[in-house]
This record gives sequence, C-alpha cells and structure tokens, in this order.
Amino acid sequence: MTLLAFALLLLAAVIGYLVNWRAARAIREGGQRLHSLMGFHGLFSLLMILVPVLTVLLLWLGFEGPVINRMILASLPAGELEGLGSGAIQLISAEIRSIAGGRIFGTPEDWKLDAADRLIALRTWSDILLVVVVVILSLGILLFSRSRVTADFRARQASESIVKGLMIACSVVAIFTTVGIIFALVFEAYRFFQIVPFTEFLFGTNWEPQIPIREDQIAAEGAFGWLPVIIGTLVISFVAMFIATPVGLLSAIYLNEFAPKTVRAVVKPVLEILSGVPTVVYGFFAILVVAPALRGTGADLGIDISSNTALAAGGVMGIMLIPFISSFADDALSAVPRSLRDGSLALGATRGETMRKVLFPAAIPGIVGGVLLAVSRAIGETMIVVMAAGLMARMTINPLDSVTTVTVQIVTLLIGDTAFDNPKTLAAFALGLMLFVITLGINVLALRIVRKYREIYD
Amino acid sequence: MADITDRVDPPRKTSLTQSSAAVARRKRADLILQGFGLGAILVAFTVLFILIASLVTTGFSAFVQTHVTLDVYVDPDEISEEQLPRGGFQDVLTDAMLANLPNADPEDDVRAVRAILSNGAQFALRDMVADDPSLIGQTVTMTVPASDPFDQLNKGNVDRATPEGQRRVNDREIEWFDTLDEAGMITTPLNFGLITNADSRFPELAGLRGALVGSFYALLTCFLIAFPVGIGAAIYLEEFAPKNRVSDFIEVNINNLAAVPSVVFGLLALAVFLNWFGLPRSAPFVGGLTLALMTMPTIIIATRAALKAVPPSIREAALGVGASKQQVVFGHVLPLAMPGILTGTIIGLAQALGETAPLLLIGMNAFITSAPSSPFEPATALPTQIYIWADSPERGFVSRTSAAILVLLGFLVTMNAIAIYLRNKFERQW
Repeated sequence: MTLLAFALLLLAAVIGYLVNWRAARAIREGGQRLHSLMGFHGLFSLLMILVPVLTVLLLWLGFEGPVINRMILASLPAGELEGLGSGAIQLISAEIRSIAGGRIFGTPEDWKLDAADRLIALRTWSDILLVVVVVILSLGILLFSRSRVTADFRARQASESIVKGLMIACSVVAIFTTVGIIFALVFEAYRFFQIVPFTEFLFGTNWEPQIPIREDQIAAEGAFGWLPVIIGTLVISFVAMFIATPVGLLSAIYLNEFAPKTVRAVVKPVLEILSGVPTVVYGFFAILVVAPALRGTGADLGIDISSNTALAAGGVMGIMLIPFISSFADDALSAVPRSLRDGSLALGATRGETMRKVLFPAAIPGIVGGVLLAVSRAIGETMIVVMAAGLMARMTINPLDSVTTVTVQIVTLLIGDTAFDNPKTLAAFALGLMLFVITLGINVLALRIVRKYREIYD
Repeated sequence: MADITDRVDPPRKTSLTQSSAAVARRKRADLILQGFGLGAILVAFTVLFILIASLVTTGFSAFVQTHVTLDVYVDPDEISEEQLPRGGFQDVLTDAMLANLPNADPEDDVRAVRAILSNGAQFALRDMVADDPSLIGQTVTMTVPASDPFDQLNKGNVDRATPEGQRRVNDREIEWFDTLDEAGMITTPLNFGLITNADSRFPELAGLRGALVGSFYALLTCFLIAFPVGIGAAIYLEEFAPKNRVSDFIEVNINNLAAVPSVVFGLLALAVFLNWFGLPRSAPFVGGLTLALMTMPTIIIATRAALKAVPPSIREAALGVGASKQQVVFGHVLPLAMPGILTGTIIGLAQALGETAPLLLIGMNAFITSAPSSPFEPATALPTQIYIWADSPERGFVSRTSAAILVLLGFLVTMNAIAIYLRNKFERQW
C-alpha cells in the first residue's frame, strides 16, 4: 500500500508536468507570448505536487507506528497495564505486534489477541487513508497548478523559489542533526541524572553499571562514577598519541623537506591507506596480532601484561592516527611562507636547521591544532577499544593493565535489549553527552587555533 | 702610502676545500633528522605490511573449504517420501561414512564419525531428496563440507605433534580422516559458501550473504538520502546563501558534525529513530539513515570544493547570455563539478561502508541466518559481521573474520579506485 501511495504520487507529479506543459503550449500556439518557458510551467506543477505531498507522506509513515501504538495501548482493557514499568509495556506492545504479524508464541491472553486484531484493522485503515489522502491532495494541487497557467504567470520565478526553498531545507538538515544529537543526549542524560545525582556521576570513583533487573535478583547495587572510565580513556588516548605524534611529525618533516618528489608521490597515498582502513579491522588486528605479541614479550621480560592491555588498543589506535597527524603537519609546514624558508637557506642554514629553527616553530600552531584533532578522534574512537580494551573500570593509569573507555561502556551498555527506563541504559547517554561535549570542545579549540594561525600568514 | 705587502691576512679559520668540524657536525645533525624521518615512515610501512600480511595469512585459508565426497545410499527404510522433513538423513550419512571407515566401530563411534561432517550435510541431502523424491532407494554421490575441526586439520592448523588432550581432534579421528583422504574423498575446493551462505553458528557453513545484502541496502539508503540532500545544501551554501550569521552558523555546524564521534550518531539513531519514531531494530534502512547523517558533511564539503573549482568565467558567460542564477548553476556549474562531487560521494560512501559503531547501537549485530529481502528486515552489515565473527570462540571463525575483512577491504579498494579513476579521467585544469 505504501508503495502504491508513492507510485500514485509520482504518477500525479508526471501528469501535472505534462498537463501544465501542454496548457502552456496551447497558449503559445494561440499566439500569445509566454512569460516563462513551457518547461517551467510543467516544473512548477511537478514541484507543487511532489514537495508537499511527499512531505505529508513521509511524516505519515514516520508517525504512523507510534500513533497506532498509542491508540492500541490506550484501548487495552483497564487495569492490564497498571503498575507496569515502561520496559514491560514495550514488551507487551512488541508481543501484540508479533501476534499481528502472525508469529504467535504460546497461548496469549484474549485481550492481546483482540489488541492484535485491532492493530491489523488500524494499520489497514491507515494504509487506505494514506492512499486516499495522497490522491486527494495530488489531484487538488494538480488542478490548482493547472489554473495558474496563463501567459503572464511567472512560472520560472515560482519554481525557482520552490527549488531554493528545497535547498535551504537541505542545508537546515545539518542543523537539525546537531539539534537532534544535543536534544537526544540531554533529554536521556537528564532522566539519568534524576536517578543518579550529577555530582556522584562526575566525582564518583566507582563504575559498576550492573544493576539488578528483577527485584529478587542478587547483583551489585550499581555505581555510576565516571572517573575510572574517563581515566581509562585518557590512558589509551595517551598511548595512542605517544605513538602517533612522533611518527606522524617525523614523517611529515621528512616528506615536506627532504623527500624527493617521486618518494613523496608514493609515500603519501600509502600512508593514507592507513587512515582508510575501517576501525573494526584495526580492532581485529589488535586482538589477533598486537595483544598476543605484547603478552609474549611481557612474559619473556617477566612482566605481567593483561590480555586486553591499554597498550594494545592504544598502540593500534596510534597507528590509525599516524596519517592524520602526518597530513595535518605536512599542510601546516607547507603553509609557512616560502620567503621564510628561502631566507633561512640563503643565510647558510642547512635544510635540517631551517626545518628545526624556522619552519617547525612557524608551523607549531597548525601542528598543535592537528594533534588536538587527533586527540579528539582518539577519545571518540570506538571499535578498536570495544574489541581490544577491557570492560572493567579501574582507577589505574598503568597502561599494562586492562582499562575501559567511555565508548566501550556506551556500546556494552546498549548492546542487547534496551529499555529506556533503567539507569544502565540511560548512563550510556550521560556518557555520550560527556563524550560529545569533550570532543566538541577540543574540536572547536583546535579549529580556532588553526584558523587564527592561517590568518597571520595569508 | 700603504704598502700592500704589509697587510697580512688573518689566518683562515675555515677552508673552502676542507669542511670544518662544525660544518660536519651540522651536516650530521641533518642526516640524523633525515634518518629519523625515514625511520618513522618505515615504521608506518612495516605496520601496514604486518597488518595486511597477518590478515592475508590467516584469511586466505577461509577462501577454500574442506569437503567430503560421499556415496550415500538413500535408504528407503530411513527416509520415506511421506515424512521428508523428519527423515533420518543424519543416519543415512553416518552409514555412508562408516562404510568407508573399516576401523570404526558401527556402534560406539557413531557420534564421533558423524561429527566429521558438517551439521549442514543432512540439510543438503534433505533438499536434494525433496527436490527429487525418486532418489530414495538410490545411491547418490554428494560433496558436503567437513566440520570445523577437520577443516582446520586438513588446512594444517592442527599440529599433530601436540599431545592428544590438547587437540580438538584425537588420534583415532585423525586416523579416520587420513583414511578418507587416502580414498580420495577429501577435496578442498574454492569456498563459494563464504559469499552465498548467510551467517551460521557453524564456521564451515557461515557466509557473508546476509551481511553483503544488508550493507548494500544500508549504503543504498545512505546514498539516496545523503547525495541529494548533501548536494542541495552545498549548492545553497556555495552559490546562493547570503554571507550572514545564519549561513556562517550552518557552516560551522557542518564542520563540527564531520568531527563528532561515530558512536554519538549511534546514540542519536537509538534515541530518535528507534525509540521515538519506533522504526524497526536491526534494519538496514535505519542503518542507512544514520550513515546518511554521518556522510552528509563529507559530501557537502567535497561538493563545495568542486563548485569552487569551476571558474567564475563560466558563470559570468552564462549570466551574460541571459540565464537565471539557477539556470547557471543547474545547467552549467553543476555538470562541470559533477566528477568532483561523485569522487567525494564515493569516498564518503566508502567510509560509511566501514563504519561499525553506530550500526552496533541500532542492533545490526544480531545473529540472523537469512539474508534480508527488504531494507526493513533485520540484517547485519559487513563490518558488524566482522565484529560478530571476531567475537566467536571457534577456531574456524578466525580465518573467516580475516576473509570477511579481505572482502570488505576489497570493496573499499574498488570504491576508492573508481573515485581516483573518475578524478583522473574527468578532472579539468582551467
């Protein structure tokens, strides 16, 4: 039925185009002079039909599920939902949906079967109504657009303003995404902070999100102090930067100042491969090669290295960040004005001295910006740590130990079933909010440094 | 009058022909810096080499699969046409195996012998008989996958020298396997199941079909949304937007979105798409929607760069002959910028193809044994499938994971190669 609605809409739009086009042609053949070309008259009708009806259609599809769900839940016999948490209510509506889909497990109660019947009926009605609405709207707009076709009608301006409106809408999507992110994170985190006090979250040194699901279950109370988690994140990021910064900077220095053109042409794309490899591949590399190798080396040296040590995750993350830092530093070095380099060489400084004493200091702001962006990436990086870092939160800064990170906790808390009513799920959103704020802060700072520096030399 | 000969040159401290110690030191410092730079590049290259080499060495063995070729007598006593689904296909296969293993005890070793064949063998036989019931009572020759321990044994991943207790196959099982091998019943053909099968708990049966289809639907959704919206936004910002606070704000916004960690987009999708709008969990459509939001900044930035590269003379010429601003953009500038836009889009889609974290949060890491038939059905994607397999304990999944990674990297290389080809072929120097 949905496909039918889309097909009808497309058909109406095409018909609208043809009708207006022919009408405009008839006027022209009648000897009058058209203001706009015939194609614009057609386009006007097409856009007039397509844009509003498509919007209605998509909104309908988006809100159909939740609205029908509400109606079903509201129509359930009084008392069945009394005293149930939102998780249990979600389960019931999921069960009703699966009964309606023909997948019946066990013998559901009669009121659930009734609800499933009502659900099917509502869905059918909604589908029929949707098609009817689409047809009526399309026809109405088609007739309206047809009535606008006159010799003087400024069809080009009209359709161009619709196109412009569409483009503005496209640009606003970016804003909506940001607003959506902030709203979703703040909303769920706010619900979390109603259960767990903000100060406890911010200053607590204990992170044990395993809370009892049923009341008779014996489990830890659950502690939500994020300090060990953020410390673990910092440890891993530090390891990553410890590897990525020197390697990235030195390779950038070599490529920028010493490498012959041919070498540069080969090395740069090969380095870029490192940044194009998906992070899940790095994660597998860490558990397949790096962690066992580190453990083996540690055993040879008599050091006890945990099997998911921060060194493995951090080291592999560092490898991923090498091209990032390298290309940023390379750009920053290239942006230093030619005159500075030439002046230094003319005074008799060697290439190395020019690099160390002139170019590098001049490029420092850009390099710092790049390194900061890399730090923000390291903090937000997910798959490598999910696969290679630990799950237990510990207050330790020993990189040989197993530590956990913010992103690992977000993923592990949200994998599997997620009911939006317990602190375990909501804690992930609180962590997500902190992650968003931290990375955004670093990014803004880094971009500001880079931009300020560019302005000086331009 | 000064005597020219009275002037005595001070002794030269340096020579033009001989370098002094100071110059030598400075040159040495230069060389050391160069050496460090080369060393850094070497480190990066070595790591890249180890990465690829380890994936290839562990992964290539999953591109072949050990098969056992058997003459199976489809015993009418065990399998009747009326009761096909419940038939004793397992027993028939075991009998066929025992017939080839004279030193196995038909009573006690049934379980062990049965375990040589993959669990999927009985279903393959069932499907054959279901298709052609006349096979009942006849002897059919069929090739079925061997189970994972024997697959590993055949590929040499089991060291026969290790003590029996530490191996997954004991000495008798190895002896049986060798008997079969000597009878020419063991073959190791190319493993098409890796591409054509969906996921499975048994490594020898697990394939990427579901993941490939899921990734395809997700990327399709991502492209259908991100491409038009991204281009629309880029054209507006680059060609039409007045330079004011609002367009500045949008621009800053887009740049920041490009740097938001991917897991945050997963949180957004979970809270908004799944929880508020009630879209189906694990569906490639929702995955594609999320990836579209992530890819859009990349496409917008690439499109703006491509639009900027079109020289103003084109615009001025078109405006000069009376085209409207939109006619200029859609009729002249956009077609000229298209190669650059497509390159950026393909690179953005390649990034989206490798993205894992947001897909995990919307549940695309479920265990699903069939390929989805629409974008709204639960599915996995290539990277999440890699994550699932990497988490599985069976030995066979290690090489499957590497093989899946090689497949993923193959797609990425192809996409990037297309992007580079497009850029080189259509790029214009104005």
